Amino acid sequence: MTTLTAGAQRVRTVVTVQRSWLLLGVLVLWVLLWAVLRGQDTLALARADLTDFQTWLNDLDDRLRGTWLLDVTGVISDALDGLLTFLRELVSTPAFPRPVPEIGWLGVLSIATWVAYAIAGWKHALLTAASFAAFGLLGYWEESMDLLVVTFTAVAVCLLIGIPLAVWMGRSQRVTSAITPVLDLTQTMPAFVYLLPLTLLFGIGPPAAVVVTVIYALAPVIRIGAHGIRSVSPTVLEAAASMGTNRWQVLRKVQLPMARRTIIVGVNQTVMAALSMATIAALIAAPGLGEEVVVALGSLAVGTAFVAGLAIVVMAVMLDRVTTAASERSEQLARQTTVHPRRRVVLLAGTGALALVGVYLSRYYTYFAEFPDNPDLGTPLGNAVDDASIYIQDNWFNVTKGIADAVSNGLINPLEALIADSPWYLTSAALLMISAVLGGLRSAITTAVCLGVILATGLWQDSMVTLATTLVAIVLVMVLALIFGLIIARNSRADSVIRPILDAAQVMPPFVYLVPALGLFLATRFTAIVAAVIFAAPVAIKLVADGIKNVSPTTVEAAESAGSSRWQVISKVQLPMARTGIGLAANQGLLYVFSMVVIGGLVGAGGLGYLVVSGFSQAQLFGKGLAAGIAIVALAIMLDRMTQHANIRAGQR
Amino acid sequence: MSTTAEHEASPRLSDGESVPDAALSVRGLWKVFGPKGDEIVGSPEADLPRPELLARTGCTVAVKDVSFDVAPSEVFVVMGLSGSGKSTLVRCLTRLIEPSAGDVLLDGEDVRKMSESRLRELRRTHVSMVFQHFGLLPHRQVIDNVAYGLEIRGVSKKERHAKAQEMVDLVGLTGNEHSYPDQLSGGMQQRVGLARALAVDPTVMLFDEPFSALDPLIRRGMQNEVIRLHEEVGKTMVFITHDLQEALKLGDRILIMRDGAVVQIGSPAEVVARPADDYVRDFVSDVHRSAVLTLRYVMREPLPDDSSEGPIMSPDTIVRQAARVALASAHPLRVVYDDILIGIVDNDALLRVVVAEES
Ligand SMILES: Nc1ncnc2c1ncn2[C@@H]1O[C@H](COP(=O)(O)OP(=O)(O)O)[C@@H](O)[C@H]1O
Ligand SMILES: [Mg+2]
Repeated sequence: MTTLTAGAQRVRTVVTVQRSWLLLGVLVLWVLLWAVLRGQDTLALARADLTDFQTWLNDLDDRLRGTWLLDVTGVISDALDGLLTFLRELVSTPAFPRPVPEIGWLGVLSIATWVAYAIAGWKHALLTAASFAAFGLLGYWEESMDLLVVTFTAVAVCLLIGIPLAVWMGRSQRVTSAITPVLDLTQTMPAFVYLLPLTLLFGIGPPAAVVVTVIYALAPVIRIGAHGIRSVSPTVLEAAASMGTNRWQVLRKVQLPMARRTIIVGVNQTVMAALSMATIAALIAAPGLGEEVVVALGSLAVGTAFVAGLAIVVMAVMLDRVTTAASERSEQLARQTTVHPRRRVVLLAGTGALALVGVYLSRYYTYFAEFPDNPDLGTPLGNAVDDASIYIQDNWFNVTKGIADAVSNGLINPLEALIADSPWYLTSAALLMISAVLGGLRSAITTAVCLGVILATGLWQDSMVTLATTLVAIVLVMVLALIFGLIIARNSRADSVIRPILDAAQVMPPFVYLVPALGLFLATRFTAIVAAVIFAAPVAIKLVADGIKNVSPTTVEAAESAGSSRWQVISKVQLPMARTGIGLAANQGLLYVFSMVVIGGLVGAGGLGYLVVSGFSQAQLFGKGLAAGIAIVALAIMLDRMTQHANIRAGQR
Repeated sequence: MSTTAEHEASPRLSDGESVPDAALSVRGLWKVFGPKGDEIVGSPEADLPRPELLARTGCTVAVKDVSFDVAPSEVFVVMGLSGSGKSTLVRCLTRLIEPSAGDVLLDGEDVRKMSESRLRELRRTHVSMVFQHFGLLPHRQVIDNVAYGLEIRGVSKKERHAKAQEMVDLVGLTGNEHSYPDQLSGGMQQRVGLARALAVDPTVMLFDEPFSALDPLIRRGMQNEVIRLHEEVGKTMVFITHDLQEALKLGDRILIMRDGAVVQIGSPAEVVARPADDYVRDFVSDVHRSAVLTLRYVMREPLPDDSSEGPIMSPDTIVRQAARVALASAHPLRVVYDDILIGIVDNDALLRVVVAEES
């Protein structure tokens, strides 16, 4: 028995060692060939040049015009437009003939506060009131309302479609296996890639923004809701069946009540996803805070971008806290343990009446309708940030530039040179071999298909630049994840301090991460990498920490009792046994990094993201942007599959 | 809980034969799990050992040609080791698991021929079940858990709460109506399960190892509770257990299962006195025989010169009870049934049972 295990151990080590040597061999060969062949057949395409395929894509909207597809989307678009106009006139834009919206700031603030009170308790009502006040004080009342309108319209549609689907999926294995791959795919894609194709169908404007937000935010509520329904204990279901419960009764009296809390967690995730997409949808003319950030980023106005970004952060924290609390409280409310039901009704009616007074005041008094200009926190804050940014640029220039140069020269430039300056066939061959070594045959096949698609888009070199940037960022992310993951996993005090920060960081829409990066490093390739690292690090750190924590304490104890040093415990027990957690962190981190690197096109990252952005701004580059979107999809799938297959194989070893 | 003479007289029913007024009658019941399981029924493959059948066909014979009858108000216990098919058998009775073959008659009606809606009706009003892991609705208070069966039947809130309150009192949970299941101990949760099953006023109650998840001390209390409830409400009960003590304590008759098939059906005394095979013998080897065996199994034929002055007792008297009387008397016990002397019990015979237990 012992010898058998030892034998298996040896085989495993041999396989691992062989794999590392193989990888090294591929890299060495690649570098050698690169030294000879570099600069040849890199398939570079000048900014203004178009391939035939891209021209064809450019004309796609002409070809779609007049087809039934556009009739359908037109109807949806019109309906959404009507709804959005109504909602915006209700809370954000002047409702003709009134010079102000139907409900002014005080009314909106009171109602929002009341809703938060009803679903999440008075503490979160206070948080909500403070957040709404902050929107106004920062000078972005109208923009904040617009963002909320777009977000919540999308969320409403998501729930309307998502909850029935979740129930269906939760009750049927067949539906689960049909829908899951689609959900997987939508969650692998960077938010960015949905934008351009949707403009083909829905044009540019608020309705398109809602549609794209729905597509992006639908997955969590379906997935988590279905999980909730599916996790209802089989014993309870059997007991219900034994008493003659029919299908509808099972749903209403057993499954939905028992899954309620999980479903609300799904709603929370959907709200957060919707918020982040609704900010990015500013690129296709979604009204609201996102627009302010985009414009400010475009003109490198760090202060303005910061203030608008701060308003987004406030909104994200508020929405997350309130919906999380609502999920926790749903149980207590259902149990009526906190407040007596009759007393609760009285309290809600009373506070509701107060909120209505707020609405009344906001309709008839200008002061309560339009958020007063004074006091104004936004302008001084923006100026202060601008000053700080200038101060940093002036005084710490050497430091920031030093860091940027070090990473650029040490990592980005060599990697980019190797990947993007090799002939396309060399890079392809190298990537294929790496994919095969890491993830096996199936991974290699996916890689081959994806590389073929990228070649077909005609954007080979841009794709390789984006790939290089992504790889640099993921290396940095994994370094951070291993360091902080180990700290958190081994020290519960550090855990209690760092984890809430990570949780909060994960809630932010990716957009806001661009702002501090821009403030420190201006618009360079490096800026996007910094933003990507900040964006992806929290999720990767948490996954690594959980992976290490899941290592059985008995094993660690055994290792310690055998006299292992702390470093030996880490390197010989915890890290190897947390391999799956680390692999998962690499996979998720990669997807996060990738989606941010693409968005980094806004702040000088170059590559595919930049092409997508120019696709929005210049009509003749639309097709090229669309092609870039396709290349992004191919890259995302390639990276995702490669890491997933590698994980599976690592798990099997 | 009294052992009746009829049952003693016909310890084992053969296929096809059926007691006319049985509350529940099962004939040739099969359940085979796995792909094309129904084709295994009755085929020679069904007799293969389980692992072999699984390897060859991917099927498991969970219930194999089981027949039995349960009289009204009887407590019928099904016993066997884990995996012997008890849970599957009891679930086949109301088609929570669809049987592969055979008949199930409840009050003469064939359960397997029932439509969906008739079956639902049956489950709502006729048969209720108590589960090992309780299966309570965690989001409902005790009172609403108990009232659940009436609720889905469409009984008004006032009426069902009144009935539920009655049941809560009956199982001794008064005062806990508004608790939630997770606020109760395991034993109390199973009382809720009992009350829930009783609330719909069923004619048959099914128990699938209801006390296996409880501590031994609480388990004993719950067994007494079931005995008390049975005396009060007199329902027909099918009780699954893997615990022989529990089976002997509760059962009017016991069905012993192995690998899905019936090994023996009989009264507790019969099972202990005349185990059908080594499997059963193993089971009953460390039972307190004097507390289970009845005089029927220790008496001998009367002889002409036997004393006619000994105390008179029924053949169903338990040995331990008879011993005291017998030892106090100078004459051997006379076992009388229907005014006819059917046997004599010598003190030796009694002592043999009691002493054998000591060693
Ligand atoms: N749903 C199922 N699918 C396949 N095999 C099952 C299923 N349920 C039970 N079995 C098998 O049937 C046999 C009897 O199981 P069960 O009725 O649960 O036994 P018991 O209740 O006596 O422990 C076991 O071998 C079990 O593995
Ligand atoms: Mg069982």
